[in-house]
Amino acid sequence: MSTVLEEPRPVARPPRAANNAPVKPVGEVYVWVTAMGLAIGLFMILFLLGLIAYNGIGVFWPRNVAVVEFREDGPTRFMGGTRTMGVITLEQARDVRDLTPEQMESPHPANRREKQLFLGNRDAFGQAFAFFNAGDIVDVSYPKNVIRAERMEWGDALFFPVRIEDSAGNVVSVDDADFDTELKRLVREVVSRRTQISRIERHQIGRINLQMRDLELEERFYQRLDERSAADEAALAAVRERMADLQAEYQPLADRAGELRAKQREHTLVYEVITGQQRSMPVGDLVSYYYPNQLSVLGKTRHFFAHIWDFLSGHPREANTEGGIFPAIFGTFVMTLIMSIAVMPFGVMAAIYLREYAKQGPLVRSVRIAINNLAGVPSIVFGIFGLGFFVYFVGGTIDQLFYPKGLPTPTFGTGGILWASLTLALMTVPVVIVATEEALAAVSRGIREGSLACGASKWQTIQHLVLPASAPGILTGLVLAMARGAGEVAPLMLVGVVALAPNLPIDGMFPFIHLERKFMHLGFHIYDLGFQSPDSEAAKPMVFATTLVLILVVIVLNLTAIMVRNHLRKKYAAGTF
Amino acid sequence: MMTMENETPTHAASLKDVQQRRPEVARQNAVAKDAFNPNHIEVKDYSFFYGPNQVLFDLNMAFPERHVTALIGPSGCGKSTLLRNINRMNDLIDGISHKGDVLIEGQSIYDPFLEVISLRKRIGMVFQKSNPFPKSIYENIVYSLRVAGRNRKSELDETVETSLKAAALWDEVKDRLQESAFSLSGGQMQRLCIARAIANRPEILLMDEPCSALDPIATGKIEDLIHDLKKDYTIIIVTHNMQQAARVSDKTAFLYMGQLIEYDDTEKIFMKPSEPQTEAYVSGRFG
Repeated sequence: MSTVLEEPRPVARPPRAANNAPVKPVGEVYVWVTAMGLAIGLFMILFLLGLIAYNGIGVFWPRNVAVVEFREDGPTRFMGGTRTMGVITLEQARDVRDLTPEQMESPHPANRREKQLFLGNRDAFGQAFAFFNAGDIVDVSYPKNVIRAERMEWGDALFFPVRIEDSAGNVVSVDDADFDTELKRLVREVVSRRTQISRIERHQIGRINLQMRDLELEERFYQRLDERSAADEAALAAVRERMADLQAEYQPLADRAGELRAKQREHTLVYEVITGQQRSMPVGDLVSYYYPNQLSVLGKTRHFFAHIWDFLSGHPREANTEGGIFPAIFGTFVMTLIMSIAVMPFGVMAAIYLREYAKQGPLVRSVRIAINNLAGVPSIVFGIFGLGFFVYFVGGTIDQLFYPKGLPTPTFGTGGILWASLTLALMTVPVVIVATEEALAAVSRGIREGSLACGASKWQTIQHLVLPASAPGILTGLVLAMARGAGEVAPLMLVGVVALAPNLPIDGMFPFIHLERKFMHLGFHIYDLGFQSPDSEAAKPMVFATTLVLILVVIVLNLTAIMVRNHLRKKYAAGTF
Repeated sequence: MMTMENETPTHAASLKDVQQRRPEVARQNAVAKDAFNPNHIEVKDYSFFYGPNQVLFDLNMAFPERHVTALIGPSGCGKSTLLRNINRMNDLIDGISHKGDVLIEGQSIYDPFLEVISLRKRIGMVFQKSNPFPKSIYENIVYSLRVAGRNRKSELDETVETSLKAAALWDEVKDRLQESAFSLSGGQMQRLCIARAIANRPEILLMDEPCSALDPIATGKIEDLIHDLKKDYTIIIVTHNMQQAARVSDKTAFLYMGQLIEYDDTEKIFMKPSEPQTEAYVSGRFG
């Protein structure tokens, strides 16, 4: 080669663009594409969670009650008057079709907006929410003496108190100094009395009712027999005698409950609503009351947490739109738990056979593909299968074999928490199988060979080494299965979920765990509140709050499983492989 | 002597070197054994196949009792396959088949009346990569006893102590037996695996390149250990390290392409091999 060609080569330098800025490596634009995908996903998740959390938690914050005055010459009126009172819940642009030409032309944009008020007093006004033209509002004030009261019926009431009367004619006026202490005392009394009534009715009378129902079924069974032997007659007589005993037991309890109920009506609260109308209600209808416009931030915080507690621990009232959601939370927990108990051994055993024992070949491969596809079957199909197989076939057979006296009233032959859990277990078993198989495959060959070389059998190897080592992976599968199962609604509607269940699936009555009972579920509760309740506007905040609770329940279940998994992972950490 | 050194200069030097550095080792090798069974393990006309591929061809050899036999040869020559067939570890692989037989004390390992588990209880095995179980040091050692249904505390404690002492690990770990086996160093882990392999008092110890992942100090400890263990166990060791084979073994077999090329006393294989292939391999000219 000639030396001419060997010119001194330029020293390699980092490439620079024209403006002397460092140049990014070519091709790395796709970093932005992938990052954008993640960003969009994150944004959607955070937006959804934020929306639910904001609306769900906001429900419990005690908000001030406003007295709103309308223009004398404006078109807006409330019950014929120019004043109304309520919690301002929303302000939004009005639908153009609802605007009058005058409002359309108005220079003030407020004329084309409207405010939503929570009025309460559904018994007095016929509606709990109303919209008013924002432009017609001339004054908003927050009087200190407004009471917001939670009642057993008709939702909350917003009013100015007037006086308390008792059946003997004694009167405590609002102007008396001890009016508030008196009202507080009375409400405390009625709440404790209500607890007593509920204890009597729910537990003691409930227990008698359940026994009575069983006896009635037995009585009917004997009555329907074509010919009764002497033994049957004796049994029938015994049943009737026990029914009479129960009746005798029931009567004093019912009397006691009636007595307490009468006491609840002894005092009457007279109050005035914003239209000037005076109304009255028994103090016994009150659940709680407070003066929202007098509360400090601390006081509001206290009420906020009290509301949350009531919501989480209370039983629903008024077609689920008021009160708490405890039975739904409990039902969701119990169902998910039973589902996990059912799905774990089943899925793990199937995966062990598939991975450890089955001869790998086209058959096993197609079984694996079938399992994966099972995970993609619509959940309603599982619901229908559960209804046909578990409820009608298995449940019907159980009824015929073990509960013939109850027929035709089904015991297990109708939807219940057991069948719902098993249906979901069936639906989530592919998730567990796939995760378990992967976890088993990840256990190192060295450990298996070491164990076999020690003279262990294959099963001993699986039992002592492979399963413990793959436990974290198996639990990951369970986490996924629970997340899917706990949030599922569609199949449950066919196999045992109800909008309002009279009893919890686990309670203090023998045999304590009632797998045949129908149950409430948060997911179905959301559906019921949002789409089946008479006043969807009133139910909206409850929908958000219930959704938030459902998400929290799923998170709690998952975190528990994840914590167990991390604990196991630390225990079986295989550092050198 | 001169001529031999000229013929295999690399190797003779290394062997002499070893014997000088470790006089006590050399002396042990020289001590005449008590009466022993020269045919403890017999391999007879043994051929082995992975599916259609034949990897062992008509092997015939016998491993003497309470001696160390080294299997050497280039990668893929079948030495590990042979080792792993002695305790039937290759049974785990699909599509294997064999011809001929392997006998331990005259009994075929393929005897249909012999349970493979009871076979493996007689044979301990140490693997190339140390594979302690994700359990405590204590539980690792007693694993073979537990799976055999022996759970008496005093017996387990005694086994842990004797096995760890035999594996020269006792002094290092006696105060932390309940700690995870993964807290040990690489060399300690491999000695733990040896202790585990001998916990159930087998007759035979199979070692599949036990030092290949260890540093020279750990390797030295394990080689010393092999010397101690051969008083009680028939040891077969697969190794890629010529010096190691020379240092630890009494007999050496050279395998090439699934065939047994030469099998003789270690000294002879390294000093005066009869086959040119053996000589080429041990002197480092190929493989």
